[in-house]
Amino acid sequence: MSKRIDVEHLNVYYGDFLAVQDVSMNIEPRSVTAFIGPSGCGKSTFLRTLNRMHEVIPGAYAEGKVLLDGDDLYGKGVDPVTVRSMVGMVFQRPNPFPTMSIRDNVLAGVKLNNKRISSSEADELVESSLRGANLWNEVKDRLNKPGSGLSGGQQQRLCIARAIAVKPEVILMDEPCSALDPISTLAIEDLINEIKTDYTVVIVTHNMQQASRVSDKTAFFNIEGTGKPGRLIEYAPTSEIFNTPQKKETEDYVSGRFG
Amino acid sequence: MSTSTNSPGVSPVRQSKLTRGQRPKWLIPVIGVAAVVAGAAIASLIGFSIALWALFAAVIFLVVGPLAVTAVEGGRAGADSLMTFLVYTAFILAVIPLVSVIWTVLVNGVPGLTADLLTTSMNGVTGFQDNKAGAPGEVVGGAYHAIVGTVSITFWATLMSVPVGLLTAVYLVEYSRGGWLGRAITFFVDVMTGIPSIVAGLFAAALFGMVFGPSTRTGFVAAVALTVLMIPTVVKNTEEMLRIVPNELREASYALGVRKWRTILKVVIPTAISGIASGVTLAIARVIGETAPLLVTAGFATAINWNSFSGWMTTLPTFIYYQIMNPTSPTNPDPSLQRAWAAALILIVIVMLLNLVARLIARAFAPKTAGR
Amino acid sequence: MSTTVSTEKPGTSSSAAGRAGDSVFSGLSLAAGILILVVLAAVAMFLFLQAVPTFTAAPGDVTGGKGFFAYIWPLVVGTLIAALIALLIATPVGILVALYISHYAPARVAKPVGYVIDLLAAIPSVIYGAWGATVLAPALVPLYTWLTGYLGFIPFFGGPASQTGKTMLTAGVVLAIMILPIITSMSREIFTQTPKLHEEAALALGATRWEMIRMSVLPFARPGIISSIMLALGRALGETMAVALVLSTGPLIPSLIKSGNQTIAAEIALNFPEAYGLRMSELIAAGLVLFLITLVVNMIARAIIARYKEFSGAN
Repeated sequence: MSKRIDVEHLNVYYGDFLAVQDVSMNIEPRSVTAFIGPSGCGKSTFLRTLNRMHEVIPGAYAEGKVLLDGDDLYGKGVDPVTVRSMVGMVFQRPNPFPTMSIRDNVLAGVKLNNKRISSSEADELVESSLRGANLWNEVKDRLNKPGSGLSGGQQQRLCIARAIAVKPEVILMDEPCSALDPISTLAIEDLINEIKTDYTVVIVTHNMQQASRVSDKTAFFNIEGTGKPGRLIEYAPTSEIFNTPQKKETEDYVSGRFG
Repeated sequence: MSTSTNSPGVSPVRQSKLTRGQRPKWLIPVIGVAAVVAGAAIASLIGFSIALWALFAAVIFLVVGPLAVTAVEGGRAGADSLMTFLVYTAFILAVIPLVSVIWTVLVNGVPGLTADLLTTSMNGVTGFQDNKAGAPGEVVGGAYHAIVGTVSITFWATLMSVPVGLLTAVYLVEYSRGGWLGRAITFFVDVMTGIPSIVAGLFAAALFGMVFGPSTRTGFVAAVALTVLMIPTVVKNTEEMLRIVPNELREASYALGVRKWRTILKVVIPTAISGIASGVTLAIARVIGETAPLLVTAGFATAINWNSFSGWMTTLPTFIYYQIMNPTSPTNPDPSLQRAWAAALILIVIVMLLNLVARLIARAFAPKTAGR
Repeated sequence: MSTTVSTEKPGTSSSAAGRAGDSVFSGLSLAAGILILVVLAAVAMFLFLQAVPTFTAAPGDVTGGKGFFAYIWPLVVGTLIAALIALLIATPVGILVALYISHYAPARVAKPVGYVIDLLAAIPSVIYGAWGATVLAPALVPLYTWLTGYLGFIPFFGGPASQTGKTMLTAGVVLAIMILPIITSMSREIFTQTPKLHEEAALALGATRWEMIRMSVLPFARPGIISSIMLALGRALGETMAVALVLSTGPLIPSLIKSGNQTIAAEIALNFPEAYGLRMSELIAAGLVLFLITLVVNMIARAIIARYKEFSGAN
């Protein structure tokens, strides 16, 4: 259910532009890893290379290795579709499919692989996924209503339910709370704490308190200036990053003396 | 991190779980070649032709390719590859007629592009001359009168539709404020867009028929028909262009105490002028190729007529039509066909040039509207 | 722009002339708008007035000798058949080509291809007609012979096949080529507007390209596709020259590969130049019928677009 990720000397390009330079890190299974750093430092770009979603942008490509339990995501003949079914993703803005009901949204990914899922199995899966996303009690009476009718926080939890319904190895979250109010944010953070018992979770966040609340390890990314590539500055257990950072840049950033 | 057994750097030979069940790279090209060969074989069984060959090869490829992918990678990948092949097939299917049309017009039209074609009319040309003409160069008569007709009729249609269309768009964007009249005009402009061109021609014929007596056919009647077709295009395009002019510009002008009509004339329209001009050019390009309304409004002339208000006129499209449908010499239609294709070539060149001009106008002035 | 404005003296624009200019200009633009309504009303009225003699004439005097309804009916059916053939061919091809441009072709190729498809729309219909009659029709003769040979038991392919290829099916194919750019360019526009968020949601679940299109692009674009098809249908119903040049006309018959059948638009174009008196008003009445058919089709298309606008605005 949960796999480790090893990144070796990864460079990410947008056309000629080097966006992220030479990142190496190991992400343990069943843990939460947070990426922090200023805007434009490449943390979201780097996150997207972990399930090859950056390839959606024309001209974007990556060099180096990303190993999922030893298998290179960028190896010869690897289909990004396979990668993405193993590494799920939750986006900055909630994006349930507007034409599908709540139930169909949860089943969207599952139906791709297993078209003849029986209706009782499907019901079970919908319930367990929605329970897993702490959304079941709120929506159990309106599973056939469109997902776009939910509040922002509910929609985001629906997207998490949709991601865990396909039982991925890893869940990537790209600033999942940035479009949400504080109460919904809290609900998502609780949820992250719960799902890390089953999944490897990687989360990008702008909010340092959030990183310190939810993550086991934290990676700090920085950028020297506009047009320069983003780099990994420090990667350590979260308490170390926030209390005893090794690098001056990290200390400046986490203590708010940045810029 | 404790052990390195997980790292593939140590054991690079082990099969990656991610690439398991992937199709080999050669699979699709090999099926493609096999389909071409098998297509040729089946086609020659029935009676070989290139079209049949292509057809069978495509069908075999579209069936076998996705099936092979399904066998190796499963149904999802199979469906994906089927759709990919279908999309590319559709694209090729759409390009073939375009290439064929342009090729046909070029091949048949170029031999007929003589000095005569551009400088003489069909006045006095009869089947007798056509029967005598052997080589393409000996064909007499030309499309000069049709070019004259096209220019005059398009001129009048543009002269009538551009001011009306432009002012209507100004009304819709600047004055109507979403009132019922504005909505009614928008709705009926949409309705006008859908009027079949032949109906527009009938309208002009019926209108002039009632006022000036039945069978009144002049260039101007045709121009009225084309105006009906041209107005909605001009209105829609101008409206769109005026709407993208930022409101800040208007407000800046009002704040300086400039009156609304001067603001529109001096600020709004100049800002949008490139888009408007290119839209008008495209509208001209559209009506210049219209045939059906001219058949019922302008009559058919063989002589040069510069006067749009009296006498019949011929335009390039109707010239092409009549040369094909009623060759000057019914027993020897080749000279007529030659003239028709040459006229078609001229017409296509004019339309393409107008499209090009429209694009150039839009591009040349584009920086002015870049403020949006 | 600012220089133009600043040269304006405040004194002149608040003068009486400036105020008059305002009302003259707004009056002019209002008049232009009303003129359009008048023209459209005039279209309907003059067509109707000129068509009236047909409705009042003795049935025996109308072409065919059985009254206007018996005259127009085969033409209406023929018009619908031609337009349906065109739609059946152009809809799948047009949508797939739109997908090619929006989601399959590399960015460098997509733009020129879009331009080429627009050129396809710019070619005058008489040239398509000439091409259809001289190139396409003869090329389809072997296919028609084959069709009657093997599928002749289906009424549509009843023989003997036309040896010139100037049949309803050929006309439908030419019409399909002419309406394809309408479907393609409208659908493409909507496909490219699909929210990236929804496409990424599908991809992140491990969807293949086609599954992503089915999950996010097509549901989003459905109303737009439908209205583009309706607009293309309106165009196919009213198209004249392709049919007039390509079809060898005749009475209404089920076979699509024999000479025969006729559409309203082509009937008018072929007969109007020599028509006078009652025949002329018959043709104008036919035009009125065509006008009404296309009006209904276009209004349905507009209604779909309008509903879709509200829908997308809510998102």
